[in-house]
Amino acid sequence: MFFPQSCMMSSLQMRICRKESSCCVHIILKTLFFFLCRCPYLAVHLCPAIPVFAVLLFLFVMAMLLRTSFSDPGVLPRALPEEATFIEMEIEAANGNVPAGQRPPPRIRNVQINNQIVKLKYCYTCKIFRPPRASHCSICDNCVDRFDHHCPWVGNCVGKRNYRYFYLFTLSLSLLTIYIFTFDIVHVVMRSMNGGFLNTLKETPGTVLEVLVCFFTLWSVVGLTGFHTYLISLNQTTNEDIKGSWSGKNRGQNPYSHKNIIKNCCEVLCGPTYPSVLDRRGLLQEDTLISSSNPVPQTTKTTAPLIPNEHTPDDAKPSIAASAEKSPSPKEEHPAATKVPPLASPETDAETSIAKERAH
Amino acid sequence: MFIFFYLLYICLKLICIRVNSLCRPTAYRTSSNQLCSSKVFIQRDYSSGTICKFQTKFPSELESRIDEQQFEETIQTLNNLYAEAEKLGGKSYLEGCLASLTAYTIFLCMETHYEKVLKKIARYIKDQNEKIYAPRGLLLTDPIERGLRVVEITIFEDRSIGSGR
Repeated sequence: MFFPQSCMMSSLQMRICRKESSCCVHIILKTLFFFLCRCPYLAVHLCPAIPVFAVLLFLFVMAMLLRTSFSDPGVLPRALPEEATFIEMEIEAANGNVPAGQRPPPRIRNVQINNQIVKLKYCYTCKIFRPPRASHCSICDNCVDRFDHHCPWVGNCVGKRNYRYFYLFTLSLSLLTIYIFTFDIVHVVMRSMNGGFLNTLKETPGTVLEVLVCFFTLWSVVGLTGFHTYLISLNQTTNEDIKGSWSGKNRGQNPYSHKNIIKNCCEVLCGPTYPSVLDRRGLLQEDTLISSSNPVPQTTKTTAPLIPNEHTPDDAKPSIAASAEKSPSPKEEHPAATKVPPLASPETDAETSIAKERAH
Repeated sequence: MFIFFYLLYICLKLICIRVNSLCRPTAYRTSSNQLCSSKVFIQRDYSSGTICKFQTKFPSELESRIDEQQFEETIQTLNNLYAEAEKLGGKSYLEGCLASLTAYTIFLCMETHYEKVLKKIARYIKDQNEKIYAPRGLLLTDPIERGLRVVEITIFEDRSIGSGR
C-alpha cells in the first residue's frame, strides 16, 4: 500500500485494503489446503519433490506480491513551489495575453519522439508537465511514471519500477494455480484408480470445491498473464491499450517499441532497476516566505531532500555564504526574484518547429 | 505567594524571548548584508524517448555568469552519465535475470548499476560546484533530489550595501 502524499485512509482505500488482503488470504488458503490435504498422499505415492516445489513457488508468489504492493511504482514527486512558479511563468509567457473572459489554451507541450508527436499534459495537482507515458492516479493521488494501472488486488499502482514484479507475480501465480489444479486432478485420478471415483469424493470432500476454485482462478490469472505478455511484447502499457493510443490506425507507430519482441521483453523485464525519487521520511515544506523586515530563520522545516544523502545542497553551499556568515543560515533567505522568464522557446515545442520546417 | 510565582513566570518568559532574539543568525541583524537567490530550471529533453536527458539550451539568466560552452559540457556529461545508467545491454540484462531468479533478494547484498552511477553523478556535481559553479555564485542541485525532472541552478546575488556588519 503506497500513499506518500496522503496518510488518511478514505473509505475507498479501506475497500482496496480489503481486496488486497482477500487476494492474499485466497492464495494462502488455497496453498495451505493443497499442502495439508493433498501433499501427504502425493509425496508418498508419487514424488516427495512435489510439495517442495510447491513451497518454493508459493514463497516466490508471496515475495512478488509483497514486493509489488510495498514498492514505489515510480511516483513523480510534486513540484516544489519555485519550480511550479517557474513553469507557470513560462506557460503565461508562452500564452501571451489572453483576452478577458476567454479560457486560456490547454496546457500541453508537444514533443517529437521517434517521428511521433507526443503530447505532454500538465498536471494541476502535481504542478508538473507529465513525462511521456506518465499518468495521474486518482486513487493514489500521484503522478506515476510509465503508469500501467492501479491494481486493487495488489493495493498499489503498477508503474515503471514495479511492473516487472507485478508481471512475475501474475506469472508465478498462474504457474502455482496450474500446479495445484494439475496435482488435484492427479490426486483424484490416483485415488479413484484404487478405490473408485465416488469413494474418493467421500474421503476427500473438499476436492470438488478446490478444483472449481482453481479452475475459475486459472482462467482469470492466466488470462491476465497472457494479456500482460502481449503488452510487454509490444512495449505498451495497459493505460495506452485502453486509451487506444497505439492501436487501430496508429498501430505500428508506438515510438517506445524497439519493433523486436525479444528486445521489448528484455527492456521491460530485465532493464535497469530505476531508483525511487521519493523521500519517505522528509518533512513537508511549509510555504513560509521570509521578508527582510521580519527575519525569522527557517530552522525547523527546510526543503527536505528527495533522497536524504550526504550530497544535499547544504554540503555544496557556495563559499559566498560561508564567507559572509559564520552562523548557520537557511538555504533560501528570500523568495525567488520576480523576473519574467524567457518565452518558451519554439524549438522546445516540436509541433511549432515542424510547422516552421514545412513553411520553408 | 501567588504573586511571587506569577512574577517568576513573567521573568522567565522575558528571558526566553531575549534568548530567542539572541539566537537569530546574525545574517538577519542588519538588512545590509543579504543573499538573494533566484532559480533556473533546466527541463528534461524527451526527444530521445523516456530516457533521462536534459536540455542543453543555455538559459539567458546565466549569460552573465558562466560560459555557454562550460554549461553545455556539464549538462552533456550529466546526460552521458544517465545514459550509462539506463543503458540496455548485456550487463543490465544479466543483472535483471539474476535478480529475478533470486526473487530480488540479491539487492539486499549488492548495489544496482543505476545506484552506482547515481553516486558517480553526485560526485561529479559536487566537483563541478566546487570548481566551476560556486566561484561564480551558482549552485547545481542534483536532479535526483528534484525527482529527475529538472536540473535546478540557484543563482546567488550578493546585495551587500556596506562592508561588514
